[in-house]
Amino acid sequence: MNTNQKNGEVRIGFYICHCGHNIAGMVDCPAVAQYAAKLPGVVVSRDYKYMCSDPGQELIQQDIREHQLNRVVVASCSPLLHEHTFRNAVAAGGLNPFYFQMVNIREHDSWVTADRGQATAKAKSLAHAAIRRVRFHRALETTRAPIHPDVLVVGGGISGIHAALTVANAGKKVFLVERNPSIGGHMAQFDKTFPTLDCAACILTPKMSAVRSHENITLWTYSEVVKVSGYVGNYTVTVRRRPRYVNEELCVGCLECITACVFKEPKFADEFNVGLSKRKPIYIPFAQAVPPVVVIDPERCLQVRTGKCKKTCLEACADRHAIDFAQKEELVEIKVGNIIIATGFKLFDAKRLPQYGYGRYPNVLTAIEVERYVNSSGPTAGEIVLRDGRHPKSVGFILCVGSRDMKTNRWCSRTCCMHSMKLAQLVREHTDADVTVFYMDIRAPGKGYEEFYDKSLAEGIQFVRGRVAEVTDWALSPEEEGKLVMRVEDTLAGFVRRVPVDMIVLAAGMEPQADSQDVRRLFNMSCGTEGWFLEKHPKLAPVSTFTDGVFIAGCCQGPKDIPDSVAQAGAAAAEAMALIDKGYIEQEPNTAYIVEADCCGCKSCLPLCPYTAITFEETKQKAQINQALCKGCGTCVAACPSGSIKQNLFEDEEIFSEIEGVLNYA
Amino acid sequence: MPDPNWQPRIVAFFCNWCTYTAADLAGVSRLKYAPNALVIRLMCSGRVDPQFILDALAKGADGVLIGGCHLGDCHYVEGNYKTVRRFEMLQRLLRDLGIEERRVRLEWISASEGERVKTVINEMVEQVRALGPLRLPQRQEEWDREMTPLAEPAGQSPLAPQRAAAEVAHA
Repeated sequence: MNTNQKNGEVRIGFYICHCGHNIAGMVDCPAVAQYAAKLPGVVVSRDYKYMCSDPGQELIQQDIREHQLNRVVVASCSPLLHEHTFRNAVAAGGLNPFYFQMVNIREHDSWVTADRGQATAKAKSLAHAAIRRVRFHRALETTRAPIHPDVLVVGGGISGIHAALTVANAGKKVFLVERNPSIGGHMAQFDKTFPTLDCAACILTPKMSAVRSHENITLWTYSEVVKVSGYVGNYTVTVRRRPRYVNEELCVGCLECITACVFKEPKFADEFNVGLSKRKPIYIPFAQAVPPVVVIDPERCLQVRTGKCKKTCLEACADRHAIDFAQKEELVEIKVGNIIIATGFKLFDAKRLPQYGYGRYPNVLTAIEVERYVNSSGPTAGEIVLRDGRHPKSVGFILCVGSRDMKTNRWCSRTCCMHSMKLAQLVREHTDADVTVFYMDIRAPGKGYEEFYDKSLAEGIQFVRGRVAEVTDWALSPEEEGKLVMRVEDTLAGFVRRVPVDMIVLAAGMEPQADSQDVRRLFNMSCGTEGWFLEKHPKLAPVSTFTDGVFIAGCCQGPKDIPDSVAQAGAAAAEAMALIDKGYIEQEPNTAYIVEADCCGCKSCLPLCPYTAITFEETKQKAQINQALCKGCGTCVAACPSGSIKQNLFEDEEIFSEIEGVLNYA
Repeated sequence: MPDPNWQPRIVAFFCNWCTYTAADLAGVSRLKYAPNALVIRLMCSGRVDPQFILDALAKGADGVLIGGCHLGDCHYVEGNYKTVRRFEMLQRLLRDLGIEERRVRLEWISASEGERVKTVINEMVEQVRALGPLRLPQRQEEWDREMTPLAEPAGQSPLAPQRAAAEVAHA
């Protein structure tokens, strides 16, 4: 170890970064450097264009060697961005990396202050605080904890499926937990996918089957995560497996039980077909469901509800004994090292915009309903029909339903323009109806998307720019009789139009899942105000969260289409694998410890620790902190009446000197 | 008379996971707010020892702001609940010390609420500006000056005979 690591004479190097114009534009960097040079202990004080660049880091290393520095302070951006970079530079210079303190004068100063004089004064105060604080820093060692190689993927839509397969293909074990009886998510409901119009089932079902047959994937459908504890590399997760009253191992998916059910006719709304068709209490979610086994709806099944049923399904399944009414809810505990969240979105409820008449006029449909109509395995076997069975002669699409609207959701749902154009093309293909799309802006920013828009135009689909004000069946002229009339201001033509059509399709936008707040708390993530899960950095860490080892993919992070969801899923899988293959995680040494001589044994700290890291040793009458369990929040430190608990990196002296520093910079 | 050039000085203790990140977001979003709040980063608002607050006030701060994750959202499960309890206790103590409660503020600001960092800091600066300087270090000096005569040997202080009498009575 370098001799200048001893806590003898303190020799501080201070560096202030211009960050190009980002800091230097508002803070007088040379003035701050000159001010710092006069502070006690400062041996070197410099300003430099880009401290995080290689020459910037080299500057620190060189000064450590030439001027025998034993403390380094860098004033630049947020420590959440570059603390690691500079700690590494300090270590490369031969100093313990924790003899370093960072000052945030970009995010917390130059970017938020309007006055150059004030910004410079603030930078000086903050720099002064760090220079005082760094004096008390001690050499610390990071600890290493092993990483459990298994991965949990939550959500079995296209993102979850892709993430699970990617990780499993790399030879890691994956648990895929899905709430519904089958994986597949929203994509399974689609007929075709834009912009190539390839069949959604054709590209999705092979992946779904691959999940089921993959030796490295444990698939748990009809299940939910209920509890998560631990930390990156060592999560303990409890999964609730709801009873489907059918043994997944024994059921072969012959569906004879469905025919045999005492309900002779399907009676209950089919979730997969968004209520457009009916199912029985025992059903298979859809033809290509994975796992391809039936499920019993406990709220509809007579046997489950009342215990009084002839159980004709049991008779039909006599030789396989797959139906098991004795199944109980199960809680399973698993250990994983990383978690990928891909819980998706929910569709905007079009009833919230009564002016469009959804739920009031039978021929006002949502895009997903039309999607099911178009699908050859849908409720009408691929025919687009009005509720009375006629084929529509004219169809209108209303875009931005529940998107880009101050009254409902402000965000753009990103997929509805393309989705509507795809449906418009399919409607023309299936019915020859006149199709008009009412839009605010057509957003087609993707590979082949603009071309798809051109194709829509070429196919004779009409586009009218204007937000539809109202849908009504009040006819004012003979041609409006028996039709739905859309009142809209055509903002390109510059007048208000009334457009009569047979069918209206609402492009309902995407919303966060109803329980996104609960899921966020469960996995200790952050949410934006809208309810989308928050990524660690919008550009540079788009699938990471603020909790290490928890990654997000797909629409739970924000609206996106299938290509983007798959890309994110792959990225999340890669991030998880990077951690697994490294084999260990380095833990920040910010744990608390007890100075035993000072501990009075009052036990105040014991109930404060949420991780039960503090125990009481009866023989010595002293508290003890288990370093492996401590997460470094410092709550016990603040509570200790005898001041015997200290926190590495956040010692009392360090904070008191920082307080003094920010207040008395002059 | 208050100094016309006086600017409120506010020490802010922000937790690493929510409020500090929110302040970073405010920066990235280029929201402009008052430069009077100086942020000290802690891992959790639960680390905020009431002593830090008293120390900041004693060393010349005019106000102290504590920022943590929303209740139920703490990165360390429940650290912020401990913060609330200490904060309530501290408020009582401040009242007894004759320091306006509004000088010390506790706010829950999540990582996505950059806009709220701006609003809270601006509000707080205006609030403290209205209250005027706290001047605790100067006031302490003044108190010390007042107390010096009392500390002098008996006989010289005007209060000494009474105190001596009281002691006798007590004995």
